[in-house]
Amino acid sequence: MALLEVRGLSKAFGGVTAISNLSFRVDSGVVYAVIGPNGAGKTTLFNMLSGIYQADSGEIHFKQQRITALAPYQIAKAGISRTFQNLQIFFNMSVHENVLVGCHLRTASGVVEAMLRLSRVRKEERQVHYWADESLEFCGLSAYRNEAADALPYGVLKRLEIARALAVEPQLLMMDEPAAGLNDTESVEMIHLIRRIRDRGTTVLLVEHNMDLIMNVSDRLLVLDYGSRLAEGSCEEIQQNPKVIAAYLGGEVRTGV
Amino acid sequence: MRLRGLYLLTLLLVALPFIFPDNYYVTVVGVTAAVHAILAMSLNLLMGYAGQISLGHAAFFGMGAYASALLTTRWDWPPLLAMLFGLIFTAVVAYLISRPILRLKGHYLAMATLGFGIIVNIILVQAGEYTGGPDGLSDIPVLALFGWEIDSDLRWYGVMMAAVLLVLWLNLNLIHSRMGRALRALHTSEFAAETMGINTTATKSTIFVTSAVIAAAAGSLFAHQQSFVSPGSFSFFFSIELVTMVVLGGLASTYGAIFGAIVITFLPELLVVFEDYEVMIFGAILMLTMIFLPQGIYVVVEQRLLRWWQKCWLQSGESGGAT
Repeated sequence: MALLEVRGLSKAFGGVTAISNLSFRVDSGVVYAVIGPNGAGKTTLFNMLSGIYQADSGEIHFKQQRITALAPYQIAKAGISRTFQNLQIFFNMSVHENVLVGCHLRTASGVVEAMLRLSRVRKEERQVHYWADESLEFCGLSAYRNEAADALPYGVLKRLEIARALAVEPQLLMMDEPAAGLNDTESVEMIHLIRRIRDRGTTVLLVEHNMDLIMNVSDRLLVLDYGSRLAEGSCEEIQQNPKVIAAYLGGEVRTGV
Repeated sequence: MRLRGLYLLTLLLVALPFIFPDNYYVTVVGVTAAVHAILAMSLNLLMGYAGQISLGHAAFFGMGAYASALLTTRWDWPPLLAMLFGLIFTAVVAYLISRPILRLKGHYLAMATLGFGIIVNIILVQAGEYTGGPDGLSDIPVLALFGWEIDSDLRWYGVMMAAVLLVLWLNLNLIHSRMGRALRALHTSEFAAETMGINTTATKSTIFVTSAVIAAAAGSLFAHQQSFVSPGSFSFFFSIELVTMVVLGGLASTYGAIFGAIVITFLPELLVVFEDYEVMIFGAILMLTMIFLPQGIYVVVEQRLLRWWQKCWLQSGESGGAT
C-alpha cells in the first residue's frame, strides 16, 4: 500500500523550474532514496513534502489523505517528520530538551495549564522525559543527554536531528543528506541507524549523495534530473539504467540541454 | 531544584522588612522595583524566550493601569472587578494586534510595536475627557482584598512581593513545560519548530497575549498603589527602560529580568545628581551591555559562580577521597 503518493507535482521559482510534473509513490516500510545531481530539485522536493514550499500544481497524498496545501505543523501532525541538510538544531537548548521539543505533538497542555502546573502537565512531563530518553538511546546519544547542543561535534548533531525527528513518532521520516560531512566510521553507523529505523516500522525517505550509503540501505531509488523523473526502481535496476549512467557520468546524448 | 531560586527569593523578601524596618529603599523603592520586576519578567517571556522584540510593552502596562483608574473613579466599579475587566480588555486588544504584528520580524516588528506603544500613549493624552489628558487621573480608591485594605507602605510591600513571587512561579512553570520549550524552539529555528508540529503563529500570539496580560495586572496594582496615573508613566521611554532591564539581566533568564529590574530601579535613586541625564545613562547601559556582555550581567555572573562552585566542590571531593 502506498504511504506517500505524489502526482504531477510542479514548482518553479521565477522562471526556473525546480520540479516539473513529478510523480512517484513510496510504499510503507521501505527505505526510499531520491538521488540526482546537484540542483536536480531534491531539497525542493523535500521542502514541498514538508509544507515549507507550496506546489504550483500537482498533489501530495499521505495515507490516502491530501496534504498538498497544509502548513508544516499540520504535515507533522499527519505523521511526516524530517531532518535538515543544514542543521536546524535548537542551539539554545540541551540535547535532551531538543528531543523534548520533538514530543510536542504527543502532548496537549496549553499555556494556562503549564503556568499553574496542573496535574496533567506533571503527568505529561514524566511521559515526555521517558519518551525523549528512549529516542536518545535509540540513536546512541544517551551519553550526551545533558550537554548543551551548541557544544557538540557535527556527527552528534546529525544524529540529534534524527532523534528529535523520531520523537515525533512519524510514519514517514524524511532525511536530507544524513551522511553529508560524516567520516567513514560515522557513515557506517548511519547506515545501521537507518536500517534500524526502517526495522522498527518507520518508512524512510532519503536524499543523499553518498552512493555507498544509498546502495546499502535503499529498497527503491528515484533518480531526479532537472526536476523530473529520470528513472525509478531497485538498486540493481538503477545501476544498469543507461539514462542514469549518462546523467551521472556525462553521456554523449543529452536531450533538452 | 526547579524552584530553588524562588524559595531563596521568598526568604529574602520576607526577611528584608525585618532587617530594615521602615526603610524607604525597602518599602517604597522596593515596591517600584517589584512592579518593574513583574513587567521585566513578562517582557522576557516574549523577548528573551520567544525572541519577539517589543518596544511597546509599556502600553499594556498602561492599559491595565488606566482600566482600573477609569472604572473605579468615573464609574465606581469595585477595584477587583475593574482589574479583571482590564485584564480581559488587554487580552482582547493584544490578541487582535498580535496576528498582523507577529508576522513581522526583527526591525520591522520593533517598529510596529513601537508604533503601537506611541498610539496608545497618544490616546491616553488626547482622550482627556475620560483619561484626564496629560494630568491623568487621581484619587484612585484603595485596593481591598476580602475586606483587608492595602493602605500602608508595608502592606503594599507584602502584596507586591507576593505578586512578584506568583509571577516568578508562573514563569518558571511555563518555561519548563511543553509551551516553554516551544517558545525557545521557535526562537532559534521557526522551520524546525514547525516540522516538530509547533504552530508557530498561534504560539507567538499566545505568548504575546500572556505577556500583555501580566503587564496589565502589574499596571492595575500600580494604579492602586500610586492612587494616581498619568500618561508619562507609560511612555515610549518606559518601554525602552523595560527592554534595558531585560537585556541587562540577560535575555531568556527569568532571574536575570528581576535582577535587571532591581538595578534599573535603584540606579536613579543612587545617582540623583544625574537626574537630567537618566535617559542617556540608560541608553549607555543598554549599548554597553549589548557590546560587552550580550548574554547579560546576571547570566554571566551566574555562570562564573556556578563554575567556581563546581571547581571548589570537585577539589574538596578529590581531597576527601585521598584521606
